This record gives sequence, structure tokens and C-alpha cells, in this order.
Amino acid sequence: MIAAAPDQTAPPLCVLGIETSCDETGVALYDTRRGLLAHALHSQVELHAGYGGVVPELASRDHVRRVLPLVRRVLEEAGETGDTLDGVAYTAGPGLLGALLVGASVARSLAWGWGLPAVAVHHMEGHLLAPLLEDPAPEFPFVALLVSGGHTLLVDVQGVGRYRILGESLDDAAGEAFDKTAKLLGLGYPGGPALARLAAEGDPGRFRFPRPMTDRPGLDFSFSGLKTRALTAFRDTPPDATLAADVARAFEDAVVDTLAIKCRRALEQTGHGRLVVAGGVGANRRLRAALQVMAADRGGAVFFPRAEFCTDNGAMIALAGALRLQAGERAGLEIQARARWSLEGV
Amino acid sequence: MEPQTAKILALETATEGCSAALWVDGTVTQRFEVMPRAHARLILPMMDALLAEAGLTLKDLDALAFGRGPGAFTGVRAAVGVVQGAAFAADRPVVPVSTLAALAQQAVDAGASRVLAALDARMGEVYWGAFEAREGLARAVAEECVCPPESVPVPAVPGWTAVGRGWTAYGEALLRRLEGRVDALPQADCIPRAAEVARLAVGEWTQGRVVSAESALPVYLRDRVAEPPREAR
Repeated sequence: MIAAAPDQTAPPLCVLGIETSCDETGVALYDTRRGLLAHALHSQVELHAGYGGVVPELASRDHVRRVLPLVRRVLEEAGETGDTLDGVAYTAGPGLLGALLVGASVARSLAWGWGLPAVAVHHMEGHLLAPLLEDPAPEFPFVALLVSGGHTLLVDVQGVGRYRILGESLDDAAGEAFDKTAKLLGLGYPGGPALARLAAEGDPGRFRFPRPMTDRPGLDFSFSGLKTRALTAFRDTPPDATLAADVARAFEDAVVDTLAIKCRRALEQTGHGRLVVAGGVGANRRLRAALQVMAADRGGAVFFPRAEFCTDNGAMIALAGALRLQAGERAGLEIQARARWSLEGV
Repeated sequence: MEPQTAKILALETATEGCSAALWVDGTVTQRFEVMPRAHARLILPMMDALLAEAGLTLKDLDALAFGRGPGAFTGVRAAVGVVQGAAFAADRPVVPVSTLAALAQQAVDAGASRVLAALDARMGEVYWGAFEAREGLARAVAEECVCPPESVPVPAVPGWTAVGRGWTAYGEALLRRLEGRVDALPQADCIPRAAEVARLAVGEWTQGRVVSAESALPVYLRDRVAEPPREAR
């Protein structure tokens, strides 16, 4: 078995990580021996809330004002300087191109100015490896479920850089379905967490929505139909005090059940005992509970990063970068940013 | 003009051109390429090569300078990101220089005394600036702006030289608007370059007009970039 934790026989590395792929500016310092030293995040949620979605140009304009102050803060908090670091890691994709370019250009030129190696990290790899920030950390191999506003992926993780996609969403990502359904229920944007809170008050027996694509083999997902089911139920039922909560509950139950069914299937197919959950939807409490039950039933274990590392953050990029630097990877002087980038190609 | 004792590394990536220039005591060396969508790939290797050839490191510089825009948003931010990172790492001050001024400087160097610089801002508009040569340097005589060519501010006096690709894109409309105040279009197709950014930065640095790495920020001019927020449901 390959230890997923950093190699403690290798010289320790202290790495600055910078993440700007969407609407969070994340900066962190991770040390392979001492662990996470400092991290800071600026969320743009309020900036985009009124637009009903992330406005890419506004995101880029905000990142360029935030990155360097966060870098300074993180270095000061950890008592580190460019002289005491061993490398700089940055998110090179996938994500919003203009947003990625901000973090990538600052990070790459910081490394150049400090005379340090740089490494270009795949955003989803950061999420996959985020549970390694926790104690206990999972060991390889494991199945990872990545569920966020942009992605729904099941991945067979054999080691750092050894990823095989087992299944993914054919339409809406799970988090996207949460946000869109929340909007239909009048919960604003992004309303996923508000929908989950409302669902807690809902009656699980009043509506029952299908569990999409679970009646056939395979590990792919489809969530856009559920959104329509929720809309239909909400629109065609005479309104009462609990209607929105009951629809929210039926929707959340359907998404959580579907994810749990597919996770079980992925574990059975790969023979792995460990499941790792990451991405913003990984913070959903009912999902966490359902996956705990499923894993316990199989005699396996499920690992979650703490909620703040489920969503986008710099810590996961610093960690992934440190592991890649430890493996000898070095990025050139070109500033790398790609909107699309297959996880299997890293 | 006396060669000035200063070491400044400049970059300009706001338009089609990607360039870096090193000013060392009055002598300038430059890397310049016109290659769309390649700025992020080219700029750091250019800067690295200029320093290596001069046997200098970032720490030997007095300041870094950058074309702060206006221009393509992503291009302007590439310059900002790179200059922020490099200046922070080496603890050097930064000199922001107008991309339109750098453009106008090319015309001043070719003998123009009054320059109207225009960049194609897309969406039927130009980025616009008016400059005069003073002691060989392009100095702004009005606020820079973004507007349709039909409504650029018209200077009171004649005798202006036109420069920049805004003139290539909207020459007819601009000439009509300016009614004989433009002498000729000799420099209409030139592109802002780091050499002129460096040249203009020297004077700024000499007078202490520098900012910290964190305060090295873009000037977009176009600030309405998204539909106004919809009424929350």
C-alpha cells in the first residue's frame, strides 16, 4: 500500500498554494512535515449574488485585488518569507480562464522572483487530495466522490496523479441542481445551503422523486430531470405553509440517495474500502450521514475534509503542489491556465 | 535628454503585443512579439532573458514598471499579476504607466508634438487619450476615456498626430469627428511596447511616483462589464 501522506523520509517542503479558478480567492502555506501552517480565503459570493451566477469578468477583477494581500497575510501568520519557502503551487485549471490567469500569473512570478520551483496544479486534484489535510488521512487507493457546483465525479484514486474517472454527471452538477432548484423555490442564489436548511423542516413522505440512472448499470449521473420534477411539484400543488420545505426535502433525498447508491456501486466495482468525499456539496449534512451509513454497512470508511476545505481553497492546492514537488515535478516559466483540462491527463 | 541613472524592468501585455524591456542607465533592450493568446507563455521568459543578458537580478533593479491599461482586460491583468508577484518577491517598488501614453511616446519619438492615441476597445468604442511632447516625453493633456469614435473629446487646436490601432479600426469616423485637426496618420498601426513603458517610468521613478506591489492595479476605463443585477426574486 502506498502511503497517501507526504513522504517523511524526503526533505521537508514548505509550499505556498494559490487558487483562483472561480469565485474564491484562496491562499495557504502547507509544510510536508508540519502540516498546514496558515490559510486565508476571500469569497466573492456576495459580489455575484445579485447576478444569479458567477460573472467571469467581475470574478477576475476581484481576484487581482485579493491575491497579494492574502499572500502577505498568510506569510505573516506563519512567520515565513520567500527565503524560507521551497515552492509555489497554483491552480492552472480547469475553471474560468480569466480568473485562473490572475492566480497563475501572480504565483508563477512570485516563484520566479524568489528563485523557487513552481508547480501547476489541477483544481480537481486539489479537491481529491484535500482529505489528506485531515487526521487521520485516508491511504491510497480510494474512491473519491467530487460533488460541487461545477462537477459531479466518481474517481478511482490509485495515488498522486493516478486517477481514473469512473462516472460523471451528463448534465447538471449536483451542486448546480441544488442551486437551480433553490432558485425555483425562491431561495435566491446561490441557494443550495438554504435549500438544505429548508429540507430539514420538510416531510420526507409527501413527495417522492426518482433516483435518476440508478435503475441501470453504470456510474454516471443526471440531475437536471430532478430540478424539473421539483418545479412541477411546486407549481402544480396548491400552495400551503410547508410546500416549499416538502419539495426541498424530496429533492435533497433524491440527490443524496442517488449519490449514495452510486458510491456503493463504485466501491463494489473497484473493490476499494475507502471513500473520500470532497467539493462544496460534500458539506451537506444529510449526504455525509447517508455515506457514513453506507460505508459502515460495507465495513469500509468514509473520509471528509472539514467543511471549509470542501469548497474551493488554497490549502488543497498547496498540499497537492507539495506532493508533486516532492515527486520532482517542476513547471516552466510559462504561466499555465486552461479552462478545460482532463483529470486523467495530469 | 540625459541618460538617466536607473535600472527598470518593464512589461506591456495590454494589446496584441507582448513585450518586456530593460532600461539600464539610458540604454534599453527589449523583447517584443505579436502573438495572440501567447502573452502568458511569453512574458516571464522574456523578462528572465533580459535580466540574464544584462547580468542582473530582480534585486538589482530600482523598480518594475508595467502598462496598466487600458487594453484587453485579460492582457492588462497578466501584466498586473506578473508585476505584483515579481515586485513582491524582490521587494521592489512599481511604476504604473498608461498603455495609451506608451503608445503616444512612439509618435513623440518620431517627432510628433501633439498626439491622439486610440486603441480598439471593441463594442464600437475606442480607448482614447490626448498627449503633448514635453522634454521628449508624452504627457497627458486630458483624462483618458472609453467612448464611441463619434464622441471622442475634440481638442481646441489643430496639429495632432494619430497613433494606434483604434485609428485602423475607426479611422473614418474619428477623422470626421476631428474635422481637420489631425495632420496625418503616420503611426496608426503601431502597438504599445515595454520600451516606452520603461522610458516613461524612469521619470516617474525619479520623482518618487511609485506604488507597492499590492497597489499595482489595472486601469480598465470600461467599468460596466455585466448587466445590472436583476431584481431578486
